[in-house]
Amino acid sequence: MTLLEIKDLTQLFSGLCAVSELNLSLDERELIGLIGPNGAGKTTVFNLASGFYQPTHGEIIFQGRNLAGLKPHRVSALGIARTFQNIRLWKEMSVLDNILVAQHFQLGYGLGSLFFRTPRYLKRERDIRHRALELLEIFKIDKFADEKPGNLPYGMQRKVEIVRALASGPKLLLLDEPAAGLQSTDVTELITLIQWVFDQFDLSIWMIEHQMKVVMSLCSRIAVIDFGRLIASGTPSEIQQRPKVIKAYLGDDQL
Amino acid sequence: MKRFSVPILLVVLLTTLMGLAWFEVIDLYIQTIILFMGINIITSTSLNLVNGNMGEFSCGHAGFIAVGAYVSSILSVALFTKSKTFGAPLLPPELAAYGFPLVLICGGLAAALTGLLVAIPSFRTRDDYLAIITIAANYIIISTIINIDTIGGARGFMGMKRVVFAMEKCAEIPWMILWVFIFMVLSILIIRRYMSSTYGKGVEAIRQDEVAAEIMSVNTNRIKLVTFMISSGLAGIAGGLYAHTIGYVNPKSFDLLKSTEALVMVYLGGMGSISGSIIAAVVFTLMLELLRPLQIIKWVAIPLLLIIIMQFRPEGIMGHRELSDIFPRLKKFYKFK
Repeated sequence: MTLLEIKDLTQLFSGLCAVSELNLSLDERELIGLIGPNGAGKTTVFNLASGFYQPTHGEIIFQGRNLAGLKPHRVSALGIARTFQNIRLWKEMSVLDNILVAQHFQLGYGLGSLFFRTPRYLKRERDIRHRALELLEIFKIDKFADEKPGNLPYGMQRKVEIVRALASGPKLLLLDEPAAGLQSTDVTELITLIQWVFDQFDLSIWMIEHQMKVVMSLCSRIAVIDFGRLIASGTPSEIQQRPKVIKAYLGDDQL
Repeated sequence: MKRFSVPILLVVLLTTLMGLAWFEVIDLYIQTIILFMGINIITSTSLNLVNGNMGEFSCGHAGFIAVGAYVSSILSVALFTKSKTFGAPLLPPELAAYGFPLVLICGGLAAALTGLLVAIPSFRTRDDYLAIITIAANYIIISTIINIDTIGGARGFMGMKRVVFAMEKCAEIPWMILWVFIFMVLSILIIRRYMSSTYGKGVEAIRQDEVAAEIMSVNTNRIKLVTFMISSGLAGIAGGLYAHTIGYVNPKSFDLLKSTEALVMVYLGGMGSISGSIIAAVVFTLMLELLRPLQIIKWVAIPLLLIIIMQFRPEGIMGHRELSDIFPRLKKFYKFK
């Protein structure tokens, strides 16, 4: 089953072509990678897929639904969650609150019941809190529930951000350079974590990553883009052989 | 027992205040200052919701106070008293005591709607632009009032003292102390319930990282509108109470100076802190009275105070903390968050 289908996706920034006629599809329960040199337009693709940008041209179809014109919070409610290259947790809120707020799409109460604290409101708040604590427990970070994310080590912040993304119950998880800024021991841990998330949760993962160790050991399929164009796609070992990919990374004149 | 300690404390405080006023232990002047404290608490906590918790910069709070003051004054004067403008009372004046809270709420709703009108165009922009738009809105509201002659125009609108007298016919108690106290407690309760819910935590998320909030399924536009409406609605209620406390409103008293007062209170108390805003409102009201002998120089002293706060304690008295964070033992009785 196709989960996400990208058709002729083009994004222009006042003349600059960040993504150009990109075609790509992603199946359910698939873990794929998106790689490319700096400035190739990888994050732009993620920004388009999460509804943060509206494509200049082309369409993104998620579970048979066109995402055109949907605001990011609607896209997120449909089941696309993401993390950011530079961790964007709400740093002055507790870890628990971070996970709570990510469940905004399923609050299920109105302002009236909020102010009068109706049984419905209390029940929903309890459920949401319960779910958040459960997630924290699964990832063994429940001891940090009341900590502010800013006080946690960088690797732990990454983990919290992934948990926050999972709190919105995604069918598709977009990871934007999850290994960026991590030490090599943390990277090994991250690989285990991502594999574990993929095994435990019923979702697909699409990740941008520069560290080949991460991409090669996790992804069943890799898409390579350069200057906003898809230049190759295939299994990790296939990709490594393609001259176009080598050219994009190392330049024309090889040593 | 602990569960009821705060309600009991509030009831004791209210009965003490009303008793003191009833037995004339405290004179009208001190009563008025106490009333202003209550009103200022509503003003500062409501502005804190937008400026402190949401991190937007609204400078036109007095505009919404004006809307609430005028709408509730006009309604109460038209409904419960005989006046030159509106003729005979539409309802028997004996009902004033019961109708007054409804009238106040109408003023609050009118202010909330005005808030919505201001918020819709302004939240397409951010930061400085919102500040400019709210200042403009403040002036638009005042100029509108000045140009409506039926409600007194630049001369102001009066007759609210007669509404208070009408209430006293029903029972001879210091009504205004009762109403200000009740609505002050209600406002704090509303803000606290809002901010402690997961929905309200979305407001904090917007301040800390709006992009992340939107992408993590928070409907940022809607929350901003709702928050701004709650804030301006409560300001409207503060306005209604203010109008009925001094019995006279003048468009001049809701200009930028009043908005600045509200801002000073929020920054003095500490951004995003409910207890800070309450403390600041009390301190600021007392300070205004103590500085009264300085007359016009007062308005040199107060902005100077704002500069000094920004220089030496930019986070204010409490700064994103609550009393219960500083004295953890209080948590047993009451949590502000």
